[in-house]
Parts: sequence; structure tokens; C-alpha cells
Amino acid sequence: MKKILCVLTLLTAAGTAGASNESYEYPLRDPFAATVVGTPQEFRADLPEKIPLKQARLTVFEGREAPESLWYEEGLRYSYALQKEAAPLVFLIAGTGGSHDGGKNRIMAKAFYQAGFHVVGLSSPTFANFIVSASETGVPGHAYKDAADLYRVMTLVRDELQPDMQVTDYFLAGYSLGGFNAAFVALLDEQKEAFNFKKVLMINPPVRLYSSTSLLDRMLENIPGGVDNFNQYYQSLVERLTQVYKREDRLDLSEDGLYKAYRELDFKDEELAALIGVSFRLTSANLALTSDIMNDAGYIKPKSVRLSKYSSIDPYDKVAMRLGFTDYVHSFFYPYYKAQDPSLTRESLIEKMSLADIEEYLRSATKIEVMHNEDDLILEPGEMEFFRQVFGERAKIYPHGGHCGNMEYRDNVAHMLSAMGQ
Amino acid sequence: MMKNVNSRIRAGLLASLVLLFVAGCSTQPVQEVEIDEPTFAADRVLMDDVSYAGDVYDPWSGLNRRIYVFNANFDRYVFLPVVAGYQFVMPDFAEQGVSNFFSNLSEIRNVINSLLQLKIESALIGTWRFMINTSMGVAGLFDPATSMGAPQKIEDFGQTLGHWGVPGGPFIVLPLLGPSNLRDTTGLVADSLMFNEVEFLGLNENSHEQWLYYALKAIDARSQTAFRYYQMGSPMEYEMVRMLYSTKREMDIEK
Repeated sequence: MKKILCVLTLLTAAGTAGASNESYEYPLRDPFAATVVGTPQEFRADLPEKIPLKQARLTVFEGREAPESLWYEEGLRYSYALQKEAAPLVFLIAGTGGSHDGGKNRIMAKAFYQAGFHVVGLSSPTFANFIVSASETGVPGHAYKDAADLYRVMTLVRDELQPDMQVTDYFLAGYSLGGFNAAFVALLDEQKEAFNFKKVLMINPPVRLYSSTSLLDRMLENIPGGVDNFNQYYQSLVERLTQVYKREDRLDLSEDGLYKAYRELDFKDEELAALIGVSFRLTSANLALTSDIMNDAGYIKPKSVRLSKYSSIDPYDKVAMRLGFTDYVHSFFYPYYKAQDPSLTRESLIEKMSLADIEEYLRSATKIEVMHNEDDLILEPGEMEFFRQVFGERAKIYPHGGHCGNMEYRDNVAHMLSAMGQ
Repeated sequence: MMKNVNSRIRAGLLASLVLLFVAGCSTQPVQEVEIDEPTFAADRVLMDDVSYAGDVYDPWSGLNRRIYVFNANFDRYVFLPVVAGYQFVMPDFAEQGVSNFFSNLSEIRNVINSLLQLKIESALIGTWRFMINTSMGVAGLFDPATSMGAPQKIEDFGQTLGHWGVPGGPFIVLPLLGPSNLRDTTGLVADSLMFNEVEFLGLNENSHEQWLYYALKAIDARSQTAFRYYQMGSPMEYEMVRMLYSTKREMDIEK
């Protein structure tokens, strides 16, 4: 009897291994819906509702002052949760415009804390607070400079927390742009050896920043009538949400609420794409405006205009919302770095901001693991091949999940931990 | 009698607060320097025939922004630490009880405003909820009515005014209370007067009990609100809050 059971178990195990893609039960097959809605409650990994996540502030550059209108961004904010006994520590890097304790960083923090890690959450170098307090140039989006900024922050945070923790090994993880950043930080660590990361995990990273940001910029074109009609689009969206509000008696904008609204309102792909485009546009507008104010670069705000603590930023906010990330790259980012190195061409700068630029390293660095989705919206056709070829077995590619939609799905959380050797 | 005098004083205070806003339109300092052209100048990028979702009527922007910064500082140094202490001291079920208690009292406002909007069903639900939660729910500490399938229908006088076609009017940031507009501030005053008329807790004016009542109410309200100032990573936070407040209120009125 025991033997039969053994054979049966083996057979089923073999069966699931062979058909791993078919048995992947993350429910949203539509990548747009997955990206917007995330993981519905009943499919989520069993994570603690609360972990003792503390918030802290750090001075990165002594003597640097925030611009008056961004006074509240002084000091780099980060979050951490420490184990009582000696434990491995994992740094978590947020995606584009993401905060150290934003939703997705929190998912990772809970998963790793539950598995026995000390966790430290860091904002993306593209997040306003990071730009003002921790970016050396204040002009984010540069693969190598952002990595150097992150590395500086990590060593400072470690010094700060050192008295309260015992660390066995260091780990690093990031999602989206944070995953991309993680690769360049890992490379820097090979030279500086401050951490000697044991494992590095990239979740849904882009390959080439310019391709992904162009794709996201273009999603706004899904607004009926284009960006000029944003207000009409916003009003119609509000009207439809009001219908759900009427029925439900409360306005629930949590993931569960959005899932419900998505099912009730029967959104089309173009509408979801427009939503993703709007959210990315808001991120790029925040980034560009912050960077402009920080450097007094004369990108949107005239150089001579001084913004006070109480100044209205109209009409600069409206202008910022009309400009894409590609505008930032061509008219702010490139001229800024060109001024430092006159031999720099636009093309060479854009090509350097790509994982392909460190392909050799990524091939050989067995410590780096990738989690991705076949239908991720931020990759151009063919870019997934890069991960397959460069990482081979170290790339776990799920059949669906959109862009980071399945991060909280139980299989994904389980893999997050096993990829880190837990 | 005493109560009437006091509510009149309070109404007077709130009215002068509103006046303060009307009078206090501060202006931006004029830029004397000749303005140089940025890469993307507003007059070239923005078009006149396009409407902007973020455009909310805000003639008192100067004063509003000052109060916004004041509120943010008050929140950081006073309000949130007090809320954190409260949450640390109180067991979760007790916090829930306090919340339910205030929410139950607000049924009076809900019922009156449902009637004023001729929403008879909502008025009946509110009355029934109040009766069930006050009796079975031990003076409102529990909320059995929601589990019995009758969730709360929130209606206030700002919504009543909106229901009958009164527009929001100028955007206002109220000290301590946060974003509002002229219509909703008027509504707030009216609701508080109405509540004082029917007030049956028997709190004496300016007694310790009354101060405790208002303090606890404010702490509970703050602990129920997830919003934190200056965390969204945007130099346009004020503008976003202004837009979202206006939208949310339009939705409240429409529902």
C-alpha cells in the first residue's frame, strides 16, 4: 500500500512538473487587468497582515538643503523590520516612482520578514524623496548613477541599523525598475564588496529603459480622443465608478475593491491600458517636475521663478502632465549628461541604460535570479528572449500576470523565497 | 436655554471663520524679474480649448496653502503621535467600539439629511440602524445592523445642498479638518447646529465630558483616515488632494 502511494506521489509530482505552465492558476489571463487589479484575495499567499515595519529618515549628503517648495522631502525616508536574533538581511528596491513602503515593497517585506529576514525597504531613485535627498545629480533614470546612489544609501542604512541587528548574509531584491536597479547594484558590489550579496532577485524588470518607458508613454494614446480629452475621460471614469459606489454604498479603492469594480464594469483592454498610461504619466510628471525644481534646470519652470513653501505650481503641473518620459529623456536627461561629457551621443546614452550593457556580467553571475511574466506589458516583442538566453535556468517565466500583477500570488511568493535559497 | 446660547456662539465662530476665508485672499508675490523661457513653456504646451481635470475653483489658494502646511505640521507633531498613543493603549476591539459609537450617533445626521433629500428608504434604514445599534448594539458600541444586511447610508448637509443643485463653490482648506469647499463648510456648520439641537447625551457645555467627547471623536476620525501628508512623492500633492476631494464629494452627492 505504502509503495503504491509512493509511486502515485511520484507520478503526480512528475505530472505537475511537466505541465507547470498549465497548472499555474493565477486567475487573471488578461495582462492589462492583471497589471491594474493585482491578485484577488483568495489567490494571495498567506502573509501576515502586519509586520513591525518602522519608518525612519536619513541624511545622505551633509549640508544639502531641499528646495523651499519641496521642504518636506528633506531627509531620505526608508522603512525596516528587524528580527530579534541573527538573520539574513534583504534590501528591497521599489519600482518607478515607488515608495519604500508602497504596496509591492510591502508584499516583499512581509514575505521575507515571515521567512526570517531582516528587511529594509528603499524608495526608487525615481521617487521624489529620493531625488531630493539621495540622488547625487538629482537627474534620475541613469542605470549606473542610480545604482551608485542606492549603494551609498544601503551602506548608510546599514551603519544606522548596525547597533540593533546581527546580520548573517546580505540579499537584494527589486521589482520593475527596482529589479533593473538591483542588477547594477549587484555589479557595483562586485567591486566595492561592502555586502557580497548572496542572492539577488529581479522581479519583472525591463531590459532597456527607453523601450519600456516608450511603451508606457504610448499607453496614454488609448484615451479616446487622445490626451487632450483627459478630463472627459476622467469624468466618464468617475461616472462609472459612481455606479459601483451607488450599489456598494462605499468607495473601495483597495485591490479587492478594484477587482470587484473591474468585474462589474467590464473594462475593455484599451481602457485599462489608458489607466496604466495615466498612472505612469503621473509618475513621470512627478519625477520631471521634482528634478526640474531640484536642479533649477529650466525644463518646465522658468529658471528665474522661485517657488516658496506656499506657491501655487500652476501651470507647471499641467505642463508636466502633458509631457512623457521620452520628453524627459530627450530634453532634460540627455542634455544634462551631454553637458558633462560632450562626446556623449543620444544613442549611446540610451543603449547604456540597458541590461544588455552588462550582459557579460549577468551571464556569469549565478547569484542573480529573475522572475518574469510572458505577457508583461513593459517588454517589447522579443525582449523576453534576453532573459531566457542570458539567465537560462535562473529565469522563472510565468505564462501570465502582466506587469507585477501576480507578485502576491501564492506560487510567486513561494518562488520569491526559494529563489533566495530559502 | 444654555445650549441654545452656546450653539449660537459656535455658529458665530464658524461664520467668522468662513468670512476670514472670503476676506483673506492673499496674493502671490509678483515676479519682478524678467522670466526666461523654459524648454517647455506653458504658453506653448497648454491649449486654451482643453479643460483640465485638476482645475478646481480655488480663489483663496494663498491662504489655503498656508493652512495646508499648518495642518501637515500639526498632523506630524501633534495629531499622529496622539493617534499612535491611542492605538497603543486601546485594545483593537475597544477602538472599534469607539468608532461604532460615533458612527451610530451620526445616524441622526444621516436620517435628517436623507429626509431633506426625500430619500425615504435611506431615512428608514438610518432610523432602523440607530434603533438596532443603540439597543442590541449596547448604546452603539457594536454594529449588528451592518451584519444584518443594512450598511450605513452616509448623508450630510453638504450633500443635501449638492443634491438640490448648490455647486461646491471655492475650495477651502479648513484648519485641522482639511479639504472642503464653501458648500461643504456650510454643511458642516448646519450639521453641527442640528446635532446640538437634538443632542441627548446630556453633555454639559465646556465640561470635561464634552472635551473628552470632541477629542475622542477627532482621534477616532484621524485613526480611520489612511491619508498621510507628503508621502505620495509628488510636488503637486495639494493639487491632487484638491481634485480628489472635489471628485469624491461629487460622487457622494450623486450616489
